Amino acid sequence: METLYQIFADPFVQIVSAPDFFLQVLWEGLVSGVLYALIALGFVLIFKSSRIFNFAQGIMVVFAALTLVGLHENGVPAWLAVPLTLGVMYLLALSVERVVLRPLVGQPDIILFMASIGVTMFLIGFGEFVFGGENKAMITAELGIPTGSIEFFPFGGFVLIEQKDLTAVIMAVLLVLCLLLFLNKTAMGRAIRALGDDHQAALSVGISLSKIWVLVWFIAGVIALATGIVWGARAGVSFALEVIAYKALPVLMLGGLESVSGAIIGGIAIGLLEKIFEIYWGQPLFGGNTETWFAFILALIVLLFRPQGLFGERIIERV
Amino acid sequence: MFYRVSGQFKTSYESDMALFPVKQDAILLAFILALFYVAFPMMASEFTYKALLVPVLIYALAAMGLNILTGYAGQLSLGTAGFMGVGAYACYKITSIFPEVNIVVALLLSGCFSAAVGVAFGLPSLRIKGFYLAIATLAAQFFLVWLFEKWAWLYNFNASGAIEVKGHEFFGLVITGPNAAPITQYYFVLVCVTVVSFAMINITRGRFGRVWKAVRDMDIAAELVGINLMRAKLSAFAVSSYVVGIAGALLVFFWKGAAEPNLFDIPLSFKVLFIAIIGGLGSIIGNFLGALLIVALPVLLNLLPGVLGLEINSATLEHINVMIVGALIVFFLIVEPHGLARLWALIREKLIIWPFPH
Repeated sequence: METLYQIFADPFVQIVSAPDFFLQVLWEGLVSGVLYALIALGFVLIFKSSRIFNFAQGIMVVFAALTLVGLHENGVPAWLAVPLTLGVMYLLALSVERVVLRPLVGQPDIILFMASIGVTMFLIGFGEFVFGGENKAMITAELGIPTGSIEFFPFGGFVLIEQKDLTAVIMAVLLVLCLLLFLNKTAMGRAIRALGDDHQAALSVGISLSKIWVLVWFIAGVIALATGIVWGARAGVSFALEVIAYKALPVLMLGGLESVSGAIIGGIAIGLLEKIFEIYWGQPLFGGNTETWFAFILALIVLLFRPQGLFGERIIERV
Repeated sequence: MFYRVSGQFKTSYESDMALFPVKQDAILLAFILALFYVAFPMMASEFTYKALLVPVLIYALAAMGLNILTGYAGQLSLGTAGFMGVGAYACYKITSIFPEVNIVVALLLSGCFSAAVGVAFGLPSLRIKGFYLAIATLAAQFFLVWLFEKWAWLYNFNASGAIEVKGHEFFGLVITGPNAAPITQYYFVLVCVTVVSFAMINITRGRFGRVWKAVRDMDIAAELVGINLMRAKLSAFAVSSYVVGIAGALLVFFWKGAAEPNLFDIPLSFKVLFIAIIGGLGSIIGNFLGALLIVALPVLLNLLPGVLGLEINSATLEHINVMIVGALIVFFLIVEPHGLARLWALIREKLIIWPFPH
């Protein structure tokens, strides 16, 4: 009886009795959801254009953030460090395409997946070798990200919004808008989508596979840098950041591996729901830390009803 | 010349489908077994047991379990470490609740527990395919590790949150715990691995193996010729998790001696998956080759600077190590995507006709 009350009644009583705290929880969930969505977006772009389940997206976030901080530590001013980091990410995209992807064209999906894990390990080793393994602070102030906080008083309560979180959300929205414009309005973006629809048809109308792959990996690198900056501002830059790559996976399941809008909506939904579950159900009932698996179980349940995710392309089976 | 098959006539279907259709294969296997049972123990030191021989065997066993699922039945799984953990924790609970139970019985039983958990998490495979399934098995991975941390009953309410293996005796010989001699542990693991490998070779050659391969190659076609997909997939999950669970129990009881929940975290899953893929999906011998490569490589790389007389501090060495292993994985995938087992098959074919070109 006690347990039933804790599951079905108590959380809602708490929500109604402290709506300001609930708003705070929603905001926290939204911020992490936006970041999950960003990482999932990197996955989706690469998967759409090359059918590679790119496990290295998480480590690219760490690598980009580390490069930025490392450059700044060595005396490069912040305004120059950002373009330089982008240059490094472009080089990374170029070398991944040349060294890893091109020799593996046409291999089964699982081989490409393993290759991306190999790239992940290489980047972990390389990053630790060059920048060291310790936690570093993101150069928040130098990049002009405000660090104060805004307070609201709804329902006679108190909600605190950190300005860097607000910046993160705004930056993510802008980035996604730019990306959507790019994908839908420019020739390059259309080429990416064409490649996602049908490889051979795209090749036959003269779209260069290797160029598009470099481009897509570079875009994934840009997204990684943006994610690295905003997440690093919250939690510092270290290889522990890599775990957020795992958080993007249930987002992909929920939203569908090929869907850009699915990644965004799925990311925000998972961010919100896992925060609410953790605060109102996870901590009182399971002893907390349910965030590690809640999203996966949620996505699993959704997949049981829609095997291609909420927004994924319909799976058509042919014999 | 070494592999000449002339004079070995097959007069019946049975002899053609026998375990060793070519006599030299049996001789080679006998030689390898002799190497493991007689030659290695004669020259191995304690370090070699702990760092090389025992890990290779245990990882090969885990990879073999995964290979049943991924290589034979075509269901990609990233939750291997979680299932290994189930085996280890089940074995720990069994031996602490019933201390008088023989360790072999405990091992066999703990495999049953991980098989049950594997089937439960394998249920989504009936609806979900490909990468979606791979992510779904990650749910098992994260949920199980979380469970190992939070469910204090599993580790007997130890303050440290870890499980520690006490000394167990096997017909008067101490085989686990700090007092066990490495050589007895090695022999115990070796016998276990030999028995399980033999069973797996025969399962994959038999009806089960053929059903799994049919499902792997095209599940709809398999269903159309009358294969029960549910039974095929779930049996693959059960057998695979059983072997993986035993490997997990062996890992804790005969190698590490103690384990915290984070031992069964996702890097272990990937390591086992690497071994299975580098070794070759859909082969048994590949797991051993892969384990040899993945386990021995870091050990050798650690020794290398000492041999060359270079002074590199251990942290840097560790980073370079990770880097080289990552690069080598990509390299092997490019050179031979079908794994070391395929490489061996090519060599064998060459040897059969050698020294003639055709």
